[in-house]
Amino acid sequence: MDMKTLYLIVPLAPLAGAIIAGLFGKQIGRVGAHTVAILGVAIAFLASLAVFQDVQAGNTFNGTLYTWLTSGDLTLEIGFLIDPLSAVMMLVVTFVSLMVHIYTVGYMADDPGYQRFFSYISLFTFSMLMLVMSNNFLQLFFGWEAVGLMSYLLIGFWFTRETAIYANLKAFLVNRVGDFGFLLGIGMVLAYFGSLDYQQVFQMAPHLANHEISLIEGHPWPLMAVICILLFIGAMGKSAQFPLHVWLPDSMEGPTPISALIHAATMVTAGIFMVARMSPLYELSDIALSFVMVIGAITALFMGFLGMIQNDIKRVVAYSTLSQLGYMTVALGASAYSVAIFHLTTHAFFKALLFLAAGSVIIGMHHDQDIRNMGGLKKYMPITWITFLIGSLSLIGTPFLSGFYSKDSIIEAVKFSDLPGSGFAYFAVLACVFVTAFYSFRLYFLVFHGKERFPNAHAGHDQEAGKNGDTHGHHHGGHSCPRETPWVVTVPLILLAIPSLAIGYFAIEPMLFGDWFGQAIQVAARHVALQELRNDFHGATTMALHSLSSSPFLLAAAGVGVSWFFYMKRPDIPAAIQKRFSLIYLILDKKYGFDIFNDWFFAGGARMLGGRLWRWGDVTVIDGWMVNGSVRLVGKIAGIVRQLQSGYIYHYAFAMIIGVLLMATLFARA
Amino acid sequence: MEGIGLLSLAIWVPILAGLLILITGGDKNADGQRTLALLGSILGFAVTLPLWTGFDAGTAAMQFEELAHWVPMFKINYHLGVDGISMPFILLNSFITILVVLAGWEVVKERVGQYMAAFLIQSGILNGVFAALDGLLFYVLFEAMLIPLYLIIGMWGGPNRVYAALKFFLYTLLGSLLMLVSLLYLYFQSGGSFEILVWHKVPLAMTTQILLFIAFFFGFAVKVPMWPVHTWLPDAHVEAPTGGSVILAAITLKVGAYGFLRFALPIAPDASHELAGAMIALSLVAVVYIGLVALAQVDMKKLIAYSSIAHMGFVTLGFFIFNPLGMEGGLIQMISHGFVAAAMFLCVGVMYDRVHSRQIADYGGVANRMPMFAAFFMLFSMANVGLPATSGFVGEFMVILGAVKVNFWWAFLAASTLIIGASYTLWMYKRVVFGAVANPQVEAMQDINGREFIVLALLAISVLGIGLYPLPLTEVMHTSVDNLLAHVSHSKLVP
Repeated sequence: MDMKTLYLIVPLAPLAGAIIAGLFGKQIGRVGAHTVAILGVAIAFLASLAVFQDVQAGNTFNGTLYTWLTSGDLTLEIGFLIDPLSAVMMLVVTFVSLMVHIYTVGYMADDPGYQRFFSYISLFTFSMLMLVMSNNFLQLFFGWEAVGLMSYLLIGFWFTRETAIYANLKAFLVNRVGDFGFLLGIGMVLAYFGSLDYQQVFQMAPHLANHEISLIEGHPWPLMAVICILLFIGAMGKSAQFPLHVWLPDSMEGPTPISALIHAATMVTAGIFMVARMSPLYELSDIALSFVMVIGAITALFMGFLGMIQNDIKRVVAYSTLSQLGYMTVALGASAYSVAIFHLTTHAFFKALLFLAAGSVIIGMHHDQDIRNMGGLKKYMPITWITFLIGSLSLIGTPFLSGFYSKDSIIEAVKFSDLPGSGFAYFAVLACVFVTAFYSFRLYFLVFHGKERFPNAHAGHDQEAGKNGDTHGHHHGGHSCPRETPWVVTVPLILLAIPSLAIGYFAIEPMLFGDWFGQAIQVAARHVALQELRNDFHGATTMALHSLSSSPFLLAAAGVGVSWFFYMKRPDIPAAIQKRFSLIYLILDKKYGFDIFNDWFFAGGARMLGGRLWRWGDVTVIDGWMVNGSVRLVGKIAGIVRQLQSGYIYHYAFAMIIGVLLMATLFARA
Repeated sequence: MEGIGLLSLAIWVPILAGLLILITGGDKNADGQRTLALLGSILGFAVTLPLWTGFDAGTAAMQFEELAHWVPMFKINYHLGVDGISMPFILLNSFITILVVLAGWEVVKERVGQYMAAFLIQSGILNGVFAALDGLLFYVLFEAMLIPLYLIIGMWGGPNRVYAALKFFLYTLLGSLLMLVSLLYLYFQSGGSFEILVWHKVPLAMTTQILLFIAFFFGFAVKVPMWPVHTWLPDAHVEAPTGGSVILAAITLKVGAYGFLRFALPIAPDASHELAGAMIALSLVAVVYIGLVALAQVDMKKLIAYSSIAHMGFVTLGFFIFNPLGMEGGLIQMISHGFVAAAMFLCVGVMYDRVHSRQIADYGGVANRMPMFAAFFMLFSMANVGLPATSGFVGEFMVILGAVKVNFWWAFLAASTLIIGASYTLWMYKRVVFGAVANPQVEAMQDINGREFIVLALLAISVLGIGLYPLPLTEVMHTSVDNLLAHVSHSKLVP
C-alpha cells in the first residue's frame, strides 16, 4: 500500500464510521454503531502511527487530492501536507479520539442519542484531521468551520436543555467573530500572494516582508502584521483567547467526552496549530508576535484566576484549559512554535485525562457536578483518584512529568524573548504557575480528600444536578455511595495517564532541540528564545533536577501548599477571604462582566438595531411613505374607473399580455 | 426531433404539459393531474440535460441557437441561445419545478390541476427568459412570468394576498415601463434590431449609457431585489403558498440578477463602471442592513425572505467588482441560493402543513417529534449560514475573496454576514427546533413522510454536491464570464 492511500485512510475511516453510525444507526443498533465508530478511529490511529514513523524516517508529502474550483487564473485545491507538524497532530487527534470513543461506550450508555453521538464524534475526528492535514488555506478553513459545526452540535447534544442550546449558539457565534477575521486574513493572503497554497505563500512571503498597505488613507501598515493579526483573530475564536474566550466555559454544557476531546485536547488547539503552521508568516512580523504574546498572557493569567472560585468540577477544568491555551499562545508569541506544539501535545493527554476522570467522578456521583458535595472519593474510586492525581501533577508542572517539560520550556522561552510585552508575559506565565497549582489542588482535595460531604448532600442537590449536570434522564435512586466506574471508562484513563507521565521526558529532546520539525516550523535568526533554550539544555533528567531550585517549582509547591492549608486544614479561611474581598469575588464570579456586556451590547444591540431598521427604514419610510403613498395615489385615480373592472391585477396583466401576443402574431400574418 | 431545438423543448414541454393538465378538467381528476404534472416536470428536466452534456465550455458564443422570424415587420425574432452564464439556470429551474410539483402533491387539495399547470407554464416561461436572445421576446416573457406567479399567490395565497400582489405590481410597473422605453431606444439606435447581441456592440454616449443603466436598474433591481426596492418580497413570500415561495426565491429573483449580466453590463459598460460604486453600496446595505432586519423577524417566512435579500446582495456585489472571482462567485451564489432558499422555504412549508403557523413563537422543540426533519433543516440552515462543504459557502467565499482584492473594507462589510447570517438563521433554528416540546401542536407533529424525504434529500444532495465539488459549475462559466469581463472592460463610448 503506498503512502498516499494511507494518508487518505486516516480521515476517511472516521468519516465512514460517522456516516454508517449516523445514517443507519437504527438498523445497526447501539453495539453496531459504537463498533463501526471505534473501528474507524482505531484504523485512523494505526494509520497515523504508520504515517508518523514514515515521517520520522524523513518522508514528507505535499500533494493535491482534487481541484475544488478554478476561477480566472486561480486554482483552489483540496490536498494534504504531511510533515512532522501534521504527523504529530494526527497522532494526538486520533489517539485522544480513540480513548474518548471507548470511554463514551460507558459514559453515554443510557443515552437515547447514543448512535447520533458516535456519529458526531467520528465526524468531528474527520474534520479535525482534514484541518491538520491540509496543505492550503481553503481546506484549513473547511476543517476550521467543520470542527466548529461539530462543536456546536455536540454542545447542544442534549437539545432540550435551555442552557445547552444557549451555550451552543453562543459558541458558534463567538467563533464566527473569529472566523470573520480569519476569512479576511485568507482574503488578504490571496490578494497579495495570488495563491492559497501554503508552499507558494510561504515562498513568496519574504519578498513582501517590508510591504506596506494603507487600509486607512494615510496610515500605512505593514502587510504581514495585518495578515497575521487577522489570521490570529481566527485563532482567538477557536482557541478561546481573550476576549473571545467567553464561549468555552459555557461549552461544558455538552457531554463530558466531548469536553475532553473537543474543548480540551483537539479543537481548541486548532488555533495554536494554525499559528505554528503559519510560522513563516508570523516570523516576518514582530508586531503580530507581540500581539499574540500579550493576548496569550492575558488569557493565561486572568482565566486562571477564574478557575480558583469555580465550584463545578468541569468548569474548574475548563478554566484551566483556557489558561493553558494562553500558555501555548505565549509560546507562539515568543517564536517558540515547537514548544507550543509540545505543550499542546502533553496538554492534550493530561487535560483529556482530567476531563475524563472528572466525567468518571460525575458518573460516580450520580451526575452531581458540584465539588462542594464531594470529598473523600479516594477510597471509593481508586483508579479515578490515582489517574486524576497524575493528571493534576502533570498540569501543575511537577518535575519529570510531561506537563513540567512543556510548561517550563514555555516559561524559559518567554524569559529569552525581547519583544515588546514579553516582560508582562513572563510575569503572567510565572504567576500563573502558582494559580494553576492552587486551583488544581483545591479541586483535587475537595473531590478526593477530606470529609465525605455527599451522603446527605446528594438528596438536597438532586434537583440542581438534574438542571445543571450531565443527566441522562435517569437516576440510580436508593444507594448514594459513589462507586468506581466500569472498565470502558477506567481503561482510557489509564491509557491517557501513561503519556501524561512520561511523554515529556522522552519527547522534549527530539521535539524541541533536535531538528525534528525540520522545515515545518521556521524561526527567524533574530528570534533567539529557542536557541537560548537549546544552549541551556543538558538532558531531560538534568532539566528536572535543576528545576527543583527554580522559581516555577517553588511557586507550584506553594500553590499546592496553600490549597492544602485552605481546604484541608482551615476551611474557614477561604470563606473569610471571600467575605473580606467581596468585590474581587464578585468580579471573578461575574467573570469580569464579559457575558453581561456581550449579552447587553452585542446581542441586545444587534436585535434592537435590527428592529429599529425594520420598523423605521422598511415599514415607515419605504413602505409607509414611498410605496403606500403611491398606492393611495393610484387608488384615488383608479377609484373612478374601478366600477368597470374586476379589481384583480392578474386579470389585467393577463389580458394585456394575451393582447400583445395576438396583435404581434396578427401583424406577422398580415 | 429534427427541427425542434433543445431550448424550444425546454420552453414548450412544460408549457404543453401545463395546458394538457388544464384541459383534463376539475378536481375529480386530481390524482391523474398530479401524475401528469410530475411526468411533465421530469420530462421538462430531462430535455434540459443535453444542454449540460452537450455544452462546449471552450467558447463564449451562444450555443443551441434557434432563430425564426416572429414579427418580421419589426424584425422581432424568436431567437434562442445559451452561454455559460444562462445555461445553468435553465437546468436549475427545470429541476426545482419537479420539487415544487412534489411539494404540492397532497398539500394542495383545491384546484389541483390549475395549481400544477401554473407552475409548469411558469417553468417554461422562465426557461424562455434565460434563453431569449431577442430583446422583445425577452421582454414579453419577462412580463409573462409574473402572471402564473400572480395566479399562484392570488388563488392559493394567504389572507393579505391582494395587498402583496398590488405592492409587487406597483414596483414592477415602473421598472417595466422604463425598460420597454430603453429597449425601443436601442432598437432605433442599432438601426432596427432587437438582437441583444447586436445591442452589446452599439456605441453609446456616456449620458445615454447612464440613462439606459438606470432604466435597466429599475427593471432588474426590483426583481433581485436590491435595497431599497425590496419591500415587496417579504410580503409576497408571506402570502404565497410554499411552492410559490420556492419558485419566487429560487428562480424569479435570479432573473433580475441575470438581467444585469445580459443587458446592463454589456450594453452600458462605461456606465456600469461609473455607477459601480453605487451598486456596491446598495449591495452592502443589503448584506448588513437587511441582515440585521432579518434578526428582528418573528415570522419564519419573512426571516427567510430577508435572508434571501441579504444573500442576493452578494450576487450584485460580486458582479460589480469586475473580477472573475466576484462574477463567478455571484453566479454560483445565485445557483446555490436557488437550492438553499428553496430548501428553507420547503422546510417552513413542512412545518406549516402540520401546525398552520409561520410564527417562530408557535414552535419549540420540533426536533423531539421530527428528528429526521430536524437533521435536514440543520443542513439547510448551515448552508444558509454559508458553512464550508455546503453550496452556500462557495459563492460567498469567492465574492469575499474577490472583494478583498479590490477594497478591503467592502470585503469587511460583506464578511459581516458570517456573524449576522449565523445569528438570524441559528437563532431561529434554536427557537423552533431545539428545546423542550413547546405546545400540544408541536407534540402532535409527525416526522416527514416519504415524499417530503425525497424532496429534501434531492436538495441536500445538490447543496452538498456543489459545496464539495463546485469545479464543474465554474468550468462551464469560465469562458463566458471572461468574455463578458473583457467586453465590459472596453469602453464603447461614441468617439
